[in-house]
Amino acid sequence: MADTVFRAAEDGALPQIPVGDWIDTGFDWVTENFSPVFDVISDVTEAGVEGLRDALLFPPSILLAVLLAVLGGVVRSVRFGVVSLLGLLLLISMRMWEPAMATLALVLVSALIAVAIGIPIGIAAAKSDRVSSALRPVLDFMQTMPAFVYLVPAVTFFGIGLVPGVVTTIIFAMPPGVRLTELGIRQVDQELVEAGHAFGSPPGRILRGIQLPLALPTIMAGVNQVIMLALSMAVIAGLIGAAGLGGVVVTSISRLDIGLGFEGGLSVVILAIYLDRLTSAFGQQRGRLGAIPSFLSRGGSVGKGGLAASSRSADAVTPVGTDQNSPNRPAR
Amino acid sequence: MPAVHAEGLFKVFGRRTAEAVDRLRDGASVADVRERGATPAVIDVSFTVEPGEIFVVMGLSGSGKSTLLRMLNGLLEVTAGTVHVGEAELTALDEKALRRLRQEQMSMVFQHFALFPHRSVLDNAAYALEVRGVDRATRRARAQEALALVGLDQWADQKPGQLSGGMKQRVGLARALAADTDLLLMDEAFSALDPLIRREMQDQLLELQASLGKTIVFITHDLNEAMRLGDRIAIMRDGRVVQIGTPDQILETPADDYVKQFLADVDRGRVFTARHVMVEAPTLVAPAAAPAHVLRTMQEHRSGSVLVGDGDGRVAGVATEDAVRAAVATGAPSLAGLALLPPVDVRATTTLSDLLAPAAQDEVPVTVVDDDGRLLGVVPRGAVLAALGGVPRPAPSAAPASADPVGATAMATKETTRG
Ligand SMILES: Nc1ncnc2c1ncn2[C@@H]1O[C@H](COP(=O)(O)OP(=O)(O)OP(=O)(O)O)[C@@H](O)[C@H]1O
Ligand SMILES: [Mg+2]
Repeated sequence: MADTVFRAAEDGALPQIPVGDWIDTGFDWVTENFSPVFDVISDVTEAGVEGLRDALLFPPSILLAVLLAVLGGVVRSVRFGVVSLLGLLLLISMRMWEPAMATLALVLVSALIAVAIGIPIGIAAAKSDRVSSALRPVLDFMQTMPAFVYLVPAVTFFGIGLVPGVVTTIIFAMPPGVRLTELGIRQVDQELVEAGHAFGSPPGRILRGIQLPLALPTIMAGVNQVIMLALSMAVIAGLIGAAGLGGVVVTSISRLDIGLGFEGGLSVVILAIYLDRLTSAFGQQRGRLGAIPSFLSRGGSVGKGGLAASSRSADAVTPVGTDQNSPNRPAR
Repeated sequence: MPAVHAEGLFKVFGRRTAEAVDRLRDGASVADVRERGATPAVIDVSFTVEPGEIFVVMGLSGSGKSTLLRMLNGLLEVTAGTVHVGEAELTALDEKALRRLRQEQMSMVFQHFALFPHRSVLDNAAYALEVRGVDRATRRARAQEALALVGLDQWADQKPGQLSGGMKQRVGLARALAADTDLLLMDEAFSALDPLIRREMQDQLLELQASLGKTIVFITHDLNEAMRLGDRIAIMRDGRVVQIGTPDQILETPADDYVKQFLADVDRGRVFTARHVMVEAPTLVAPAAAPAHVLRTMQEHRSGSVLVGDGDGRVAGVATEDAVRAAVATGAPSLAGLALLPPVDVRATTTLSDLLAPAAQDEVPVTVVDDDGRLLGVVPRGAVLAALGGVPRPAPSAAPASADPVGATAMATKETTRG
């Protein structure tokens, strides 16, 4: 009783702030004034995602499944290749191949855009403390805002369908790309950067030749995170009409179809595991990919000899970045 | 023209740095300035490094050595003062000109090597040339040469992670040498290495410098290293240079108690050399001298042996008292036929620790000779131990001429034929 009085008094004491109303008006204004821009974005992304989906669906599904499995085998391990093949064949047998490829297209396009925006922002944040501290709350906001909340404004801008799905996915998936890029670059041993300066290297060259190659494992971990988040958001985007596995799950919910829901869910899991293992293999300088940083460090301008040499030396792989701290063994 | 000239250098970190410099110039104490939120790291430092010189900056941790060095190549901006490198006023250059200067005139070796782990040893060594835009074939050839100079040409294709500490620093050195700049900045380049490798590297650096004639500014916190390497040494304390001088000047006239304390820790066995303990050479006895006369003089001086010359300022051998006595007994006309003991020669640069073994035998006096084998002086018995123990050496002029400073040896027998 006293409690309610107290609460009422407290509510009355503070003026009500109509945050929701302001946001609504703001969004209305943006929609009215920028609708041509949104139309263009809409058309481009739609063409991109649908084009990629069609391309993925163009070859016979079994052939593509085998190709994807081979890619996994090359990048990671033969065992991984075999397991992915089994998983992908299961997708086909469950008749989930088509929605899975639609989702994959959506994930790849969104992740690509998120990475293309996120990495430069991460680099900027690594270079400037001011950018970094300005960015932090924004990234926190993007990451902690419940994913569903993004769906509403996206729909008001772009209508129902594929495009709002892509846009929300990009926003939702971008933060780890920015964060891990910044972290990776900041983690590079300062003495190495100093060495670059001491020999008169311009900043751009230091970035390309020293910082990015050494930050690559961390950046790739970020890319992996981006892809995983994109996949989870792509499923949620089914709620606003994005096709694919998200659509399957949404349909199964509306029909209370347990079987269909399970098949959709299982397909998401298969896709997730495949993408995760594949992209994390890029991050861990393992196998044939160990050559990537040394390739990058020469600005990509090596002839065949250079690349061959570096991939050869990558066979006796050394973990990058740890040797600075290793205890000194006496020479010889 | 000096290779490097620093004039009134200040580096203050923190807030209100310009004000801090003014206050320091007006005689404010460091503590005073620090209270106002500024950290002075280098205070009013001026010095000149001549071409071909090894200039060592020495001081305890935190005394501002690295800060000073980094102002010499502009990695840190000076708070006040000027730096000239060759003809260029480094402190007045813009970014681009500064980069050019770094590419063409100076290179650096780092304490923790700072090798690029993702590049091969060869590509590390070629880095400076690559930045300078030298074409691939030329830079690889020159990097390979630099690696050969430090004895690592077989390792060119490895990654730095596969090398030991000493080898890594050799790559660091090769990277700087390949740049072929006249000026080399080395920040505690050998401090991370264990003692044996470290000595090896010091020797290698001295050799390289002798053959290539680089100008080197070398930072260290180790006085022994400073003494071994430096043509001149600047000793820093709390951001200020307290003394600049040759190793001998610093050993003989330490500027203050701080420097003296340093000297107390010095490894005398490695820093002092035969030059520091030898005394003036006695005149050599000519082989033609009469044994009886020589014996008499020896007895007067109570010395057990005598240095016999070869007539050209070199020591032919050592005659013991017993041998001379035997010659007198057999009635030999001169020392010529006498069986002489081989001399025990050392160089003026031989360190005291290397002198211990020669000085330990007491049959033959230890003679100090130059490159041509000519006698420069002798090491008095006991002098090595006295110097190791820190007993001050009597000033040369104060040494009484009559006293026998060499114990077993010196005899003022003229190298003229007698009788
Ligand atoms: N970036 C910085 N910001 C603030 N203070 C600094 C900075 N760099 C150095 N200092 C201070 O300047 C002083 C000198 O540091 P410096 O690194 O030059 O010493 P050093 O003689 O090289 O020591 P060491 O032997 O440990 O390397 C120290 O008191 C240090 O705390
Ligand atoms: Mg230092």
